Amino acid sequence: MIIPKLPLDVAVDSFIDYTTNNFSFITKAISSVMKIGIDSVNDFLMFIHPSVLIILFVILAWYFSTRGIAIFTAIGLLFIWNLGLWSASISTLTLVLISTFLSIIAGIPLGILAAINALARKVIMPILDFMQTMPAFVYLIPAIPFFGLGVVSAVFTTVIFSMPPAIRLTCLGIQQVPNQYIEAADSFGATQKQKLFQIQLPLAMPTIMAGINQTIMLALSMVVIASMIGAGGLGGEVWRAIQRLRPGMGFEAGIAVVIIAIILDRITQNMRKKNN
Amino acid sequence: MVKIKVENVYKIFGSNIKTALKMLKEGDTKNAILEKTGCAVGVVNASFEIYDRETLVIMGLSGSGKSTLLRCINRLYEPSSGKIIIDNIDVTSLSEEELRKFRQHKFGMVFQQFALFPNKTVLENAYFGLEISKTDKAICVEKGLEALDLVGLKGWADYYPSQLSGGMQQRVGLARALAVNPDILLMDEAFSALDPLIRTEMQDELLSLEDKVKKTIIFITHDLNEALKIGDRIILMKDGKIVQIGTPEEILTNPATEYVEKFVENVDLTRVLTAKDVMIKCSSIIYGKDGPKTALHTMKEKGISSIFVVDKSKLFKGVVSAERAKQAVDRGEKDLQNIIEEITELQVPPDAPLQEIMPVIADSRYPLVVIDESSRMLGMIARGSVIAGLVERGVSQ
Repeated sequence: MIIPKLPLDVAVDSFIDYTTNNFSFITKAISSVMKIGIDSVNDFLMFIHPSVLIILFVILAWYFSTRGIAIFTAIGLLFIWNLGLWSASISTLTLVLISTFLSIIAGIPLGILAAINALARKVIMPILDFMQTMPAFVYLIPAIPFFGLGVVSAVFTTVIFSMPPAIRLTCLGIQQVPNQYIEAADSFGATQKQKLFQIQLPLAMPTIMAGINQTIMLALSMVVIASMIGAGGLGGEVWRAIQRLRPGMGFEAGIAVVIIAIILDRITQNMRKKNN
Repeated sequence: MVKIKVENVYKIFGSNIKTALKMLKEGDTKNAILEKTGCAVGVVNASFEIYDRETLVIMGLSGSGKSTLLRCINRLYEPSSGKIIIDNIDVTSLSEEELRKFRQHKFGMVFQQFALFPNKTVLENAYFGLEISKTDKAICVEKGLEALDLVGLKGWADYYPSQLSGGMQQRVGLARALAVNPDILLMDEAFSALDPLIRTEMQDELLSLEDKVKKTIIFITHDLNEALKIGDRIILMKDGKIVQIGTPEEILTNPATEYVEKFVENVDLTRVLTAKDVMIKCSSIIYGKDGPKTALHTMKEKGISSIFVVDKSKLFKGVVSAERAKQAVDRGEKDLQNIIEEITELQVPPDAPLQEIMPVIADSRYPLVVIDESSRMLGMIARGSVIAGLVERGVSQ
């Protein structure tokens, strides 16, 4: 017996069409508000002279990390400036920072919820598996009708792609807090809230920081993909280099992504160790 | 006065508690229940009373259900069946919220692995219980410091637990439990993770604290010597069941079952027996009334080489040796003034453990004298009486 192909594509399409037609006024409104937010962050970072911003980053790296990383930060950022990729790097950085910020403010509470509520965990974990394994390109398609071409759609897809580690590692961190501490807190009559804020979250902090670090790295890895829907930035440079078949130009933009990745990674990793 | 009443408490771990409980009450074994229902049996039909301000030790090997029983008392583990009544309040029927409030002022708990919060300082750990009950910050700090002072950790307030040694960490644990000024102290193998020297020190500390703070203490241990030292009464557990309840003496001299007998077989008697257990009655002469001649005469009659001297109200005065009595008689002295020796180093209180007495007696020319707090003479201990005491107890086991 031949089973006819199930019309999954049609179903998804009509679902997306339906929601776009009926709710896109909401998503478009969100989109324009977010656009203003993203643009102002970008404009602000661009308003500061590159040399000042580089010094700020070096200080940050020095404070949170080692002197070696501070020197690397200085050289790396000067190199990017020299390549003429400063403005592209800033818009990439803006995209990463905003996506990470959104991932964290949504991801950590969800992680906490998953850690303390078994039912929530049962619901959230499969969704995370889905979010992480579904090829990232697929999110790009419905993002456009909802949020329009441009940076907001990019942020939307980046958040979906990079939020899972924030949720997972927050959940894991809290679950890994040794039971003896929970028992001790219980024996003195602590409430759920007191346990969470006084014991579980502080002790889970190193793991949560690892999650944030992973979120940042994933967000950065998404920038090239997101450039396909008009995110611009370094990803846009790479995308343009692909279309024009100019390997040199692509390499320049690629190396800039690598430099930013290393700086962000080392700073956040060492923040975690300091916390420990 | 009864402080805590435990009535027919059962604790079963697993998902099929009802069936397991029924099987258990029908007398099935632990293993049969585990096989059939997948449930692990923790505590079986525990019933006992704890009196106000007594120290009750729950003892047993690991897996005997002693820690589980302790956790049933403050409902860290929910009893599967049975009742816990504390100060006439049925703890088992309290709601979550009531239970939390109840724990806040009734219990202080000390844990085997200390369970100090690594993200908090020593002081913050000490006042944790108060902070939880929303006490004013200033009072928290004051009481926290007071509790640290009580356990001998003055000046360590701003350190973190990881900077302290094991013994000191457990002192913080004790301070944390004491700071809330609870009626009941629950101590779960509190000293088991400490090395032997620190352990003895902490046991002594706890005994002296008991006098100072007067709490009802439930102390869990797997070490019989510790149980005998600390407990007013001891509960012995095996396979989740209570095997025997009694004072240390009763447990030692009259073991209820073969299991208890085996358990107490290896106990170091010198830690258990005290001066009053091995002392013997002795003859004495009376200061002021009797002279050297009477002393010499009495010694000859009893066949001893020295004799204790007391005054008319039995207050201990000292010892006279035969040799010196002879000299005094030769010199024609009429009283004992010149020949009496005070021997303060040979006086021991009735509750001194044999372990402490034995080295003293080994080096001494005279027997030891047992004296109560108003320095009345109760008896004496000669080398022979220590051995006799040990043999006697050994045989009666």
